[in-house]
Amino acid sequence: MDIFLIGLIAATLRVATPLILGTLGELFCERAGILNLGIEGIMFFGAFVGFVVAGASGSLWLGVLAAILAGALAGLLMAFLAVQLGVNQHVSGLGITLLLTGFSLFSFRLVFGEPRVPPSIDPFSRLSPLGETPILGPIFEQYALTYIALAIVPLVWWALYRTSFGLQIRAVGENPEAADAAGVSVYRVRYAALMIGSGLMGAAGAFLSLAQLGAFTYGIIAGRGWVCIALIIFGNWEPIKVLWGALLFGGVFALQLRLQTSGLQLPYEVFLALPYLVTIAALTVAGRNASYPAALLKPYKRE
Amino acid sequence: MIPLMHAIEMRSVTKRFGALLANDNVNFDLAPGEIHALLGENGAGKTTLMRILYGLYRADSGEIVVGGQPAHIASPKDAIGLGIGMVTQHFTLVPTLTVTENVSLGQAGGLAFDPKAARQKVADSAARFGIEINPDALVRHLSVGERQRVEIFKALYRNARVLILDEPTAVLVPQEVDVLFETLRRLQSEGLSVIFISHKLNEVMAVCQRITVLRGGRAAGTVNKSATTQKELARMMVGRETFGVTKEGARAQGEPLLRVDGLLVLDKKGWPALKGLSFDVRAGEVLGIAGVSGNGQTELTQALAGTLKPKAGNLRVGGRNLTHASPSQLAAAGVGRIPEDRHEGVVGELTVAENLALENLQDFTANGMLDHRRIRENAEKLIAEYQIKAAPTTRIRALSGGNMQKAILARALSRKPQVVIAAQPTRGLDVGATDYVRGKLLEQRDRGAAVLLISEDLDEILALSDRIAVIYEGRIVGILRAGEADAELLGLLMSGAKEMADGIKD
Ligand SMILES: Nc1ncnc2c1ncn2[C@@H]1O[C@H](COP(=O)(O)OP(=O)(O)O)[C@@H](O)[C@H]1O
Ligand SMILES: [Mg+2]
Repeated sequence: MDIFLIGLIAATLRVATPLILGTLGELFCERAGILNLGIEGIMFFGAFVGFVVAGASGSLWLGVLAAILAGALAGLLMAFLAVQLGVNQHVSGLGITLLLTGFSLFSFRLVFGEPRVPPSIDPFSRLSPLGETPILGPIFEQYALTYIALAIVPLVWWALYRTSFGLQIRAVGENPEAADAAGVSVYRVRYAALMIGSGLMGAAGAFLSLAQLGAFTYGIIAGRGWVCIALIIFGNWEPIKVLWGALLFGGVFALQLRLQTSGLQLPYEVFLALPYLVTIAALTVAGRNASYPAALLKPYKRE
Repeated sequence: MIPLMHAIEMRSVTKRFGALLANDNVNFDLAPGEIHALLGENGAGKTTLMRILYGLYRADSGEIVVGGQPAHIASPKDAIGLGIGMVTQHFTLVPTLTVTENVSLGQAGGLAFDPKAARQKVADSAARFGIEINPDALVRHLSVGERQRVEIFKALYRNARVLILDEPTAVLVPQEVDVLFETLRRLQSEGLSVIFISHKLNEVMAVCQRITVLRGGRAAGTVNKSATTQKELARMMVGRETFGVTKEGARAQGEPLLRVDGLLVLDKKGWPALKGLSFDVRAGEVLGIAGVSGNGQTELTQALAGTLKPKAGNLRVGGRNLTHASPSQLAAAGVGRIPEDRHEGVVGELTVAENLALENLQDFTANGMLDHRRIRENAEKLIAEYQIKAAPTTRIRALSGGNMQKAILARALSRKPQVVIAAQPTRGLDVGATDYVRGKLLEQRDRGAAVLLISEDLDEILALSDRIAVIYEGRIVGILRAGEADAELLGLLMSGAKEMADGIKD
């Protein structure tokens, strides 16, 4: 296999990692009936908190943990607004994105001032479990977080389909009245789903600042949260299908990076737009028979 | 268990919704091992009483005793804990989950959910109760009857000793009703007590030992089946010996202006809602359609409005066949409509003037543009004529129910339609507005229009109709002159206990 393809596959896995984490997080929320549009802001917040904590403590893993906790905290806020108060989910989600983006930028200035070059950190290094093995060696030279993200996919599947809690999440997202009548606490399940899901979003952000970039920039998330929302529809709310969506997007993204340097005489914006165009195309095909969780966007209140 | 002890006792239970007294000092008791019917017209308070027992509503006052012990029931969880299960009118199942998952939902049992073990448990338990269900089926693939079976099983699986069924037969076809009754009798022989809500006399007589009748939120009495008749029950349910309201000034009637012949209409789920329904309404008469809600009134209204396409039969207005006409074609042919839900009859965000023009925009259009002056003048005229308390520029959603209904009347009647179709025209209105609307409908009759009045309010039907047709399960089971109507006959017809042998009586 030629070098180009090997490099492409390896880059695909790297680019897909935050998408996998973010999409699985969003999946938890949406399967419980809550559209979490806070995702973009929560990822940004996670990237920032992870970066600061890792820098201050000197431990990258402590940074990741802090990002997860920060995400879960944001999920708690989202749950309070959307579940407890029954605020419109578009409003509360976008509100959280705006709030966390602003808050992170503000805190960034407090900590770092206005640096000319973005502050950086010694990032995670890649593992190469297969060493110098031809083809597979370089493909699987990846960050530990990428392996973790890949491992979480079946874990999420198991949690949703093979645990009582997962059964409750699915029931609450489809028909909260039925869950309530069966003695399930709709609020408790939705709180938990939002906190777990948002924690995963925080980890997605930390991957960008602590592994892929090793730095924190204003545009670090660059709409990846919104891509995750689209990938959920593409994957029809199924963890395994969602993985394929993340890999597809990651693949096209990695490809356009390589095309930019290939000498093709096109404005680079065209290449940049490519993954998003593919997403739209994929969505128009897959989104047509999308089956939303029936209770998505609907606050639940017992009469 | 002590044999004669009450399984459940509800003592002077009262429940208000705002100003509405839904349950008024109701006493109700259920003996162990009996099937006890809760009988009553729509709105009598049956569902409310049982939702209180199942912890879905909280009573304002009164007490509940279960198995001799005073019980505090604040949520379905408490009720389940006391061995009470309820199958509500709208099923509480998750359509995307399997039967096993639905039944297991909310049941204690560790973190891991082992589908195989759960399936086995459900299958074994179903076999023990003799209930035929497929544990692997997705609920959304099940028929209504099968879903009901799952609901009943769900209650039994949670060790219910008392089973409440809220109008369980309303959604079933006759064959399924037979199966349900067989199941209930078998469960009864195993010691289960059942509260069976219904408004159908024949069913109540077929399966129950005792019957408690609710009327207007009060218990009208409890009787033993062996000591009563359908006639007596009908009287208790409707509450009057005779109505005796004959229409003043019955008019010489003219030609049939609205003719419905053999109408077959399917509801949203694909079940036949109107099964070959026929009647006609003549110029200068009010034909009232009486019936318990859910017997096809909604579908009839929609079919006559052109929003639900009949599968068979036809619909003629003044001799013209308009079976497949669109709503606007029907309006153009001279059909004026008062829709069942007045909020669906208007666009809340638009102004009163805009709503008044909405159904005949072509009259208010010049060169493809709306003629705002004409729209406004039209509104001012109608507001004065129909005493609507609003300005032309008021958003219509801000109007009270009575004023909104007047606006709808104004829009429908100002064009002097030859056929008027009024569905539940006074539902939720205060006395003044009710009188106004009824007066307007009688005016239409006197003007020579054919008026079809579809109403679940028997008093209204009796006050306005020249003839009364009774609808039951999608068919007209009898047509009588207003003077011939008495409680017994209407009650029997409305609950399906009787069908007039000669079909349509003139
Ligand atoms: N949640 C509610 N809010 C307001 N009014 C209600 C509510 N539930 C029932 N009602 C009213 O209480 C009365 C009794 O209703 P219900 O118990 O459903 O009667 P039934 O089951 O006998 O047809 C009706 O007038 C109904 O409109
Ligand atoms: Mg009811």
